[in-house]
Amino acid sequence: MTGSLAYDVAHLLAGGLVLISFMLLYQNRLYALLNVFALQAVVLALSVAWQAFVQAAPHLYITAAIALIFKAIIIPIALHRIIARLGIHREVDTVVGIGPTMLAGIALVALSMVLMLRVTSEADWLSREDLAFALSVVLLGLLMMVTRGNAVSQVIGFMSLENGLILAATGAKGMPLVVEISVAFSVLVAFIVIGIFLFRIRERFDTVDLEALDRLRGDQLRRWQG
Amino acid sequence: MTAVTLNGVPFLLIIPVLAAAILAVLPGYRLSASLNMAAAFLALLAALSLFIQKPPPSPFILVDDLNIVFVVLNTFIGFTTSVFSASYIAHELEIGRLTPVHLRFYHAMYQVLLFAMNLALVANNIGLMWVAIEMATLTTVIMVGIYRTEEAIEAAWKYFILGSVGIALALFGTILVYMAARPIVGEGQDGMVWTVLIQHVQSFDPGLLNLAFVFLLLGYGTKVGLAPLHAWLPDAHAEGPTPISAVLSGLLLNVALYAVLRFKLLLAANPAALAPGPLMATLGLSTLLFAGFMLYRRRDIKRMFGYSSIEHMGIIVFAFGMGGPLANFAGLLHMTMHSLTKSAIFFTVGHIAQVKGTQLISEIRGLTATHPILGWSLVLGVIAIAGMPPLGIFMSEFLVVSSTFARVPLLAIPLVLGLLVGFGALLLHLQGLAFGEPKGSTAPVEASYLPMAGHLGLVFTAGIYLPPPLVTWFQHVASLLG
Repeated sequence: MTGSLAYDVAHLLAGGLVLISFMLLYQNRLYALLNVFALQAVVLALSVAWQAFVQAAPHLYITAAIALIFKAIIIPIALHRIIARLGIHREVDTVVGIGPTMLAGIALVALSMVLMLRVTSEADWLSREDLAFALSVVLLGLLMMVTRGNAVSQVIGFMSLENGLILAATGAKGMPLVVEISVAFSVLVAFIVIGIFLFRIRERFDTVDLEALDRLRGDQLRRWQG
Repeated sequence: MTAVTLNGVPFLLIIPVLAAAILAVLPGYRLSASLNMAAAFLALLAALSLFIQKPPPSPFILVDDLNIVFVVLNTFIGFTTSVFSASYIAHELEIGRLTPVHLRFYHAMYQVLLFAMNLALVANNIGLMWVAIEMATLTTVIMVGIYRTEEAIEAAWKYFILGSVGIALALFGTILVYMAARPIVGEGQDGMVWTVLIQHVQSFDPGLLNLAFVFLLLGYGTKVGLAPLHAWLPDAHAEGPTPISAVLSGLLLNVALYAVLRFKLLLAANPAALAPGPLMATLGLSTLLFAGFMLYRRRDIKRMFGYSSIEHMGIIVFAFGMGGPLANFAGLLHMTMHSLTKSAIFFTVGHIAQVKGTQLISEIRGLTATHPILGWSLVLGVIAIAGMPPLGIFMSEFLVVSSTFARVPLLAIPLVLGLLVGFGALLLHLQGLAFGEPKGSTAPVEASYLPMAGHLGLVFTAGIYLPPPLVTWFQHVASLLG
């Protein structure tokens, strides 16, 4: 029946997102990381479009289009150019090694499955498993932000976290304001990316390594300029 | 009977937007500073009009007794800060830290920030509230980085990343609330309308609600500055323009707190869901203790007061976590007093840092000798914020402590310890700042003393005499908070 097909495809796409989140965790080149992220955005767009079709909610196509055009095309190209300009395409420094990160990722996915499936036993099956997958993507995105010391890969971690949120929001059938929220998120992400340009992290810190951003922590002696 | 319908809410939202649009294109410092003040003042009037007549709740806008307190406080401090900002910014232009273009930007952003905060406070739709808080975050990030020094950019970036993660977690929580509501309330708009949610919340799935609250508490808690997630706050306070530090401490933290309170109310109305109180009390208490100890080794005066804000938000969250009429009353009072006092301190510190040309505590000495008015306002402000009688904060802290003693005496021990630790640190720093060997520039300062005098006067009065209507209002709101 259409019911089970709807379920299977949604499940497949959501599972694909989790899988790609894992792929993000073990990339050790920034360009490769970007390509995998673009792939995730494409899968997200498909997933959202599928939800739009299944729920007969045409406004979700807008969210899908945003995911496809903005996150799968514009952002990766912009970041690509930033990386090229900064000349940092080789560096993805991981604070924690790939092996432990993957193990932690598996643990997080297990955690979110256990948590969500137990908690949402009352909710309907379509959104229930979607939500469990979405939480996995969110947690894996957080894990990536924590284990990467590099600003660009942190931003990618944040965007993949956000992909999880969009998945959750579109999976929640009939949720209002989804389009508005995805627009608001795109603005946020755009600001982050523009921020990397305008903050001139390259010029000012020599590297986009966040450790260089930690100087404030020690309350070091400094004077006002001007 | 044809009653005059007076609805302040549209004005509350439209005035800042219009002002932002005009300020973005308006050249000339004097004109734009006065327009900024005028717009903030009109918004304050619009907020006050809510006391006279409350518009009925719509799917997007809700004005009830709880958020009127927040809205009025928000617009009041928004107005006084705009007065302070006028004289502060004049000096920044003079020394060239801000260019006229940046200034236009600054004023426009200031109004956008006020708009976003007002919108977050009056939003009835939890999705709209989320969008508004995100908008407020973005504007403050831009403001924090406006000086474009290395440190300012670092601070803005840190705030950005942590704030975004917080915002993301809050959204996940919001989605979960909708998921919990959907089987009962039905699909669509209603599932995110707070007034509808609160009516039906007793039959929501408690598991989903619990999970949602954890995400919401951590997400919005990041913006409140609760302990493990506070790292952005001191930097953001230290590096941005001082009026923004005042608005951050005095207002934005409250707005995030308001969001937490709204969801706490939802959870409290569902008997099967976990009690939100203990979670909040624990977070609040650990925040208080942490910030109290962190206050000691501060070298930068604005960072120090940033940590002090974290400390006080800890106290407030603890008080609301304890719950009950008395603790809620104390929490509300403390929030009001803290906002007034802390912004007054930042007004003072802004002028001090300008005249001394530094924010380093070790370079600012003997203020009462070199700049008596600023020095003594700082003394008064710090005494107030440290919680000395007879000022307002003493009263609210006393209420928090005594209600804790009455109900959970054991918790009062770490609470009092945290208060004393913070108290000691502030007085230790104040000693040198105000009474040490005078150091640094003694140039006269062109300050507007009115905003700080007004705030400190209010705090002083509140410590001695709280007008009965205010007390009944707060008591009423405290009982609403459960």
